[in-house]
Amino acid sequence: MTDNWEHDSGEATAERAGHAVTKKNGATTGGRSIVIKGGTVVNRGGAARADVLVVDGLVSAVGEDLTGDEILDAAGCHVSSGFVDLHAHLREPGREEAETITTGTRAAALGGYTAVVAMPNTEPAQDCPEVVAFVKARAAEAGWCDVHPAGCITVGRLGKVLAAFETLASVGVRIFTDDGNGVQDPLIMRRALEYSRHLGITLAQHCEVARLTEGAVMHEGQCCSAMGVPGWPAIAEELMLHRDIELVRLTGAPMHFLHLSTAGSVDLVRRAKADGLPVTAEVAPHHLALTDELLRGFDPVFKVNPPLRTAADIAALRAGLLDGTIDAVATDHAPHAHHTKQMPLDSAPPGMLGLETALGVVLTAVSPDPVRVVETMSWNPARIAGIGAEHGRPVARGEPANLAVWDSSRVWTVDRASLASKSRNTPFHGMELRGRNVHTLLRGRVTVRDGIAQESGDARSIGSGGGR
Amino acid sequence: MPAGSSFVRIRLTRPPMTAAEVLTRDQVDRAIARIAHEIAEKHPETSSLVVIGMQSGGVWIAERLAGHLARIAEAPLTGSIDVSMYRDDISMRPVTPVAPSRIPVDLAGRTVVLVDDVLYTGRTVRAALAALNDHGRPGAVRLAVMVDRGHRELPIRPDFVGKNIPTHLDDEVSVGPEGVIVARPGADV
Amino acid sequence: MKHLLSTHDLDVPTVAAIMNVADHMSEINARSVPKVPALLGRTVASVFFEDSTRTRVSFETAAKRLSADTMSFSASTSSVNKGESIRDTIETLSAIGVDAFVVRHASSGVPVSVTEWTDASVVNAGDGWHQHPTQALLDAYTITRELGTGNTLAGVRVAIVGDIMHSRVARSNIDLFARLGARVTLVAPGMLLPAGLAGPGITVTDALDDVLPDVEVLYMLRVQRERMDAGLLPVGGEYSARFGLDERRARMLSGDAIVMHPGPMNRGIEMVMDPAELPGSRILAQVRNGVSVRMAVLFRLLGDGQLGA
Repeated sequence: MTDNWEHDSGEATAERAGHAVTKKNGATTGGRSIVIKGGTVVNRGGAARADVLVVDGLVSAVGEDLTGDEILDAAGCHVSSGFVDLHAHLREPGREEAETITTGTRAAALGGYTAVVAMPNTEPAQDCPEVVAFVKARAAEAGWCDVHPAGCITVGRLGKVLAAFETLASVGVRIFTDDGNGVQDPLIMRRALEYSRHLGITLAQHCEVARLTEGAVMHEGQCCSAMGVPGWPAIAEELMLHRDIELVRLTGAPMHFLHLSTAGSVDLVRRAKADGLPVTAEVAPHHLALTDELLRGFDPVFKVNPPLRTAADIAALRAGLLDGTIDAVATDHAPHAHHTKQMPLDSAPPGMLGLETALGVVLTAVSPDPVRVVETMSWNPARIAGIGAEHGRPVARGEPANLAVWDSSRVWTVDRASLASKSRNTPFHGMELRGRNVHTLLRGRVTVRDGIAQESGDARSIGSGGGR
Repeated sequence: MPAGSSFVRIRLTRPPMTAAEVLTRDQVDRAIARIAHEIAEKHPETSSLVVIGMQSGGVWIAERLAGHLARIAEAPLTGSIDVSMYRDDISMRPVTPVAPSRIPVDLAGRTVVLVDDVLYTGRTVRAALAALNDHGRPGAVRLAVMVDRGHRELPIRPDFVGKNIPTHLDDEVSVGPEGVIVARPGADV
Repeated sequence: MKHLLSTHDLDVPTVAAIMNVADHMSEINARSVPKVPALLGRTVASVFFEDSTRTRVSFETAAKRLSADTMSFSASTSSVNKGESIRDTIETLSAIGVDAFVVRHASSGVPVSVTEWTDASVVNAGDGWHQHPTQALLDAYTITRELGTGNTLAGVRVAIVGDIMHSRVARSNIDLFARLGARVTLVAPGMLLPAGLAGPGITVTDALDDVLPDVEVLYMLRVQRERMDAGLLPVGGEYSARFGLDERRARMLSGDAIVMHPGPMNRGIEMVMDPAELPGSRILAQVRNGVSVRMAVLFRLLGDGQLGA
């Protein structure tokens, strides 16, 4: 994965400066300091007990026995850079009955996220600067976490005509995807890769050969055969993954692969990386934990695209996450209004919530060591999203205080009615998870304290001048 | 438990019961023979009778009666009737139909002798009368029972009785070719 | 079990109990006035979101012969496919007073959801490609009564031929017949065979002629013409030539073999010859037994309040 664009200082610095201006709101001025006390700080070198002092939006000290005006108790917790989600559907504009940028980012903050890449299948789609600006402004206004809208690869995500990548890149878009659909036409994909190679952006592909998944409801396998519904064969993902890996080989442009779901896909990415190709991959928490058997009751809450698969696929995905084949955990947070998830299984929309449960699921299902947790939930996704100057930073003096404090031993039962999302379609309802985020700081401002979102009037910057 | 006996009620948990034999095998045989004579006396044209046993306790008695009538007069027509579909307590307790009814002839105008082992509340007989009507409107229905144990809930009375046996509500009466037993809750005194 | 949603819910004793009661119902149906007061005052509502006159009439007849009251709601799937509307319909009818819902829908799994929206019993009259449990019961009942095997299908050689992939009748029959001990052979072209169906007592082939001489029951499934239009099957008469029941194949059957079909038939596709000319055809017996079996199911659900033995 090339990261020369991270030092493309012209745009990054300007953006960062712009951010600082917009976000300079009441909470962190005036010298009020916050000390995160008693936690275990996780950095690339390892995890070690230390207090963290935060002043004016930056980490000002990491050490023993620090003091400050305000204390965040981190006893028994890990302290790391805030999580970055490469893949969330915030639904606004267009489907606000399911989620808004406010409710979605609040859920993200509760989950320990300080930045989220918002998928472009909004209505209208994020394929023009106006919609990108709208989304960013709404997120800034809500103040729960940073939102980086992804652009579309093709206009309207229809797969026919390339979108204007450079126009969107110039307003800060780094990830381009038609997510929801895969780019079916190999020529379009080839041209997109050739064109994007020099723009410092990353194309992200949703691998699904649509002709093989028409009407598909769930993984094509024994469970599906017994249930009498159309199946989504693993090969529909693997064929496109293989095609696009070869296109990456041909064009030299980087590509990020969204929500891998099959054992075969993990193998393909592993071999591509062994060949030195600039590919990255993500996996969603639900694909690390849940199998297609859950659909036997025909409950659409378990319907997702790509679908839940078999225990063998789960095992391969877990192994891939642990051995570095898969770079990042990405939630694919996909809220759907309650009544739509009560429709018959074949008509219900696919998708599951994920922002608040991601950490718990990853820790419960995979139990990576803390460094690997932070690598896959913060450092790697920040780098892939092109926001590594602000997020996924080391916890060290002078770094922006975008932090998560999380307890990997806290046991809790997921209750869909208590989640912050406007929707309730979590597949983990009633399940016990081990691991939960406790505090979150966004540029030094506490967005979540003790698992409770801190509603703050300061979040809406008064007279900020920036905004729209 | 004597083989072939039929229990009026099955309880899953039973208190200790004291059983008393109120009719011996011989007494049962003689009662059936006597009833056959009574029937023949009242209805000399026995060949036109239809002797129908109620599933499941009355079927063997009906067969015995028909056998006697064949010997002392002429053989009647025989059949059996399952009244599960006609009970008035279908949703109140489990009803398991035993065997499909076998009615050999259109009952319109016929004299039917309905046969059962025990007459108790009368509700089963009421159901049987409704069931019989669906096979033709009988000219008359006569009721023959081995035991009348009282406690009628409907105005039903038997025409031919083997023995009148007063019972308590929680007694259990079992009737079989080997005899009639009444079991009462309570240890042997 | 206060519902009948799937053959997977039917264990062997329950099937035997239903078949025994169905014998009673067959006797009732043979009378000049086929009616008993068993379910007087109960209400059976048929809610059909997918067209099917024959199944709906069969269920309604069954309810009426037991003296139950009936309600009938039919809607084409396209106008009432939103979850809210199915739920609204069920809740509205439940409020009026329903003891049992008989539900058919083009989407697999809908009857499962219906059980969450009502206290009434729910009978699945066909959901998508998934299940049609009363069809499997009446088919099993027909075979046992025709072959005189009691309440079991132990060792009975059955061939099920046709579009297994899209057939709820096939899924139900495969499951139920195998549980009752039958030796089932599935005959279909490769693309119409779902994965993972072979198992104990179940074999799979695409060579129909090899199977015919040996089989005791030949069960033909309908194949929709639309499958050919959708590019799923080869064009021309190839499907009929390889898998259709024509006179040549009828002659290959043994003299005692019976031929069955769930209806309606696609004449010229899977049924190339007129079944009226097939002495082994038991298709009309299936229809008659359908009423008896459905009466038995309704009687057990509404009479006993539970299906199990």
